Amino acid sequence: MSTVIDLSHVAEAAPGRSIGQKPPDDVLLDVRGLKTYFHVLDGTVPAVDGVDFQIKRGETLGLVGESGCGKSVTSLTIMRLIDIPPGEIAAGEIWFDGVDILSLSPSEMRDIRGSEMSMIFQEPMTSLNPVFTVGYQIAEAVKAHRNVSKNSARDRAIEMLAAVGIPSPERRFKQYPHELSGGMRQRVMIAMALSCDPKLIIADEPTTALDVTIQAQILELMKSIQERTGTALLLITHDLAVVAETVERIAVMYAGRIVEAGTAEEVLLDPKHPYTQGLIASIPSTVPRGQRLNVIKGTVPNPFRMPTGCRFEPRCPHAFGPCKDFDPPLRLTGPNRESACWLQYPPGELPVKETDAPPATPVPVERVGH
Amino acid sequence: MFKPESADSLPIPASAATPSLIDGPELPVDVEVALESLNQWQLAVKRFMRHRMALIGLAMFCFIVLVAIIGPIVAPYNPIDIPGAIHQGGDGPSFTHPMGTDDAGRDVYTMVVNGAHISLAVGFFATVIAGIIGIIVGSISGAAGGVVDNLLMRLVDVTFAVPLLFLILVAAVFFGQGSMVALILIFGILQWGLIARLVRAQFLSLREADFVEAARAVGVGTMRITFRHILPNALGPVIVVMTLLMASNIVLEAFVSFLNFGIAATEPTWGNALSNAQNAMGDGNWWWAFFPGMAIALTVISINFVGDGLHDALDPRARL
Repeated sequence: MSTVIDLSHVAEAAPGRSIGQKPPDDVLLDVRGLKTYFHVLDGTVPAVDGVDFQIKRGETLGLVGESGCGKSVTSLTIMRLIDIPPGEIAAGEIWFDGVDILSLSPSEMRDIRGSEMSMIFQEPMTSLNPVFTVGYQIAEAVKAHRNVSKNSARDRAIEMLAAVGIPSPERRFKQYPHELSGGMRQRVMIAMALSCDPKLIIADEPTTALDVTIQAQILELMKSIQERTGTALLLITHDLAVVAETVERIAVMYAGRIVEAGTAEEVLLDPKHPYTQGLIASIPSTVPRGQRLNVIKGTVPNPFRMPTGCRFEPRCPHAFGPCKDFDPPLRLTGPNRESACWLQYPPGELPVKETDAPPATPVPVERVGH
Repeated sequence: MFKPESADSLPIPASAATPSLIDGPELPVDVEVALESLNQWQLAVKRFMRHRMALIGLAMFCFIVLVAIIGPIVAPYNPIDIPGAIHQGGDGPSFTHPMGTDDAGRDVYTMVVNGAHISLAVGFFATVIAGIIGIIVGSISGAAGGVVDNLLMRLVDVTFAVPLLFLILVAAVFFGQGSMVALILIFGILQWGLIARLVRAQFLSLREADFVEAARAVGVGTMRITFRHILPNALGPVIVVMTLLMASNIVLEAFVSFLNFGIAATEPTWGNALSNAQNAMGDGNWWWAFFPGMAIALTVISINFVGDGLHDALDPRARL
């Protein structure tokens, strides 16, 4: 197991991304080798286990993956909202706007949350405090970061309610969350997230809890706001249709890792990683009526017993030689296109299992006898 | 937490930052009709008003409070006059004494009316003291967690481990000497553990609530989240338990006074009346014990009805 894997291609895949080095100015968010572990009673869950991705200023990135692959934990780690303990940010760097935010103090981080980067949550029904009016809660977000009077915070809140398409915002300002529908509440959450002009918005499955027509409205709203304000957007979803409509680039996550990244078109039309291929093939509309739907065989690996090699190997239809024993790093397969699969490596670069070689120095066994 | 506006404070660059948001093309609009805005408390009041038993209980309780306030003023007799009774062990109910008299000829009706404010005051203020201590300790425990939480909760365990009645009787002997204020303090200081546990449990579940995470995500500070976001949401069940605690404190006061460890025996309280009436019961003079006993029972029942109504009204899952 002591095989040294040649990591030179990783540096090739990520130019200017060596650890400890500030990313270029046009990169707003640079997540490098991020590992978030949870220490629970049964052991350690590596929820995020070496995630790398970048978002440029004003760019939209869709982070796609099935439930439990670590998408939400990734986003909460970027916001530094993971409870420590039981959580632990075990390794990695998160460069945001030229600063490694993992090195910031909690109060410095609080200043960034909500003003520089903000988040939209999955459950609009429970993400607003039932005892306050929605306007109060938006104004509170404004006041947390701007030294303004009660009145101008109120004006800002009303302006934001209007901006997210809520009719008669002055009246809505005074209403309580229970008086609004799910779609309206998600608009309020978006207004709250946008109230301080953040550079990055993280939307964690913002439409999952909404019905389809409202989903389309909210996605339309987020897209139009993103286009007009130039805010970068990290959209986390399990819904390929949602990313196809909304984002420029896609990163696919599996079992705590990014397995493929590229422009939305490239990833959806020409998936390189067998997992992405499986995901796209399992969309019901790609299968003629009356046929069985395609599925990816098997289940997500148990987090306590991750495969030693590629994490997708037990389910992969194309698994071969190195897959069982070696974990493929991300490899640049085109401009801004990355894939973590041994199929993308030329045969010469594939690692070989060492057990075929004779053992180095056999331990002499001494017989003890009378 | 809100800083006052200062001359050099930065106004929000509304015009600079997001003019495009407002001037942009018409956004899809989510239309919905709402007639009036009611907050959680107003909704709770509305739900409470639909609870018939709670309303009856509230009416009874208001009547008892009214009697406690104006009763002593309009009562026909002086509670500490000893005119002497005609029959041994007290006179039965009559037109001059509708609830009869005790063995010294004191009017039982005057006694009941004068005892009301003592019972209510002990019940109310002891509960308020227990509530204040319990909410503060429970909030700290639930918000801080870790070692602080552990220490405070072990302290609560200790207050539960010692038999309450025994402790009250001992404390009443040492510090009470028949004083009402001392009794209130003793009840309050010995009973906050229940409230503290409840508040802590509420905090532990609310700490994980989505809206708390959302507030953290917009950069709201820890103190503000604890006291402005979590505490108001935690209070519903606490109010219900405090109502029931008040009823139990009224019974407890009567009980402690009955055992002659409570309010000085010369004061006209319900518990003292019951205590003094013990011997007369053997003679068949039921009225002396019956009316103060009924007063206690009606007060407790009315408060429990109100508590039941509050429980339904403040249930966060309840819908109008």
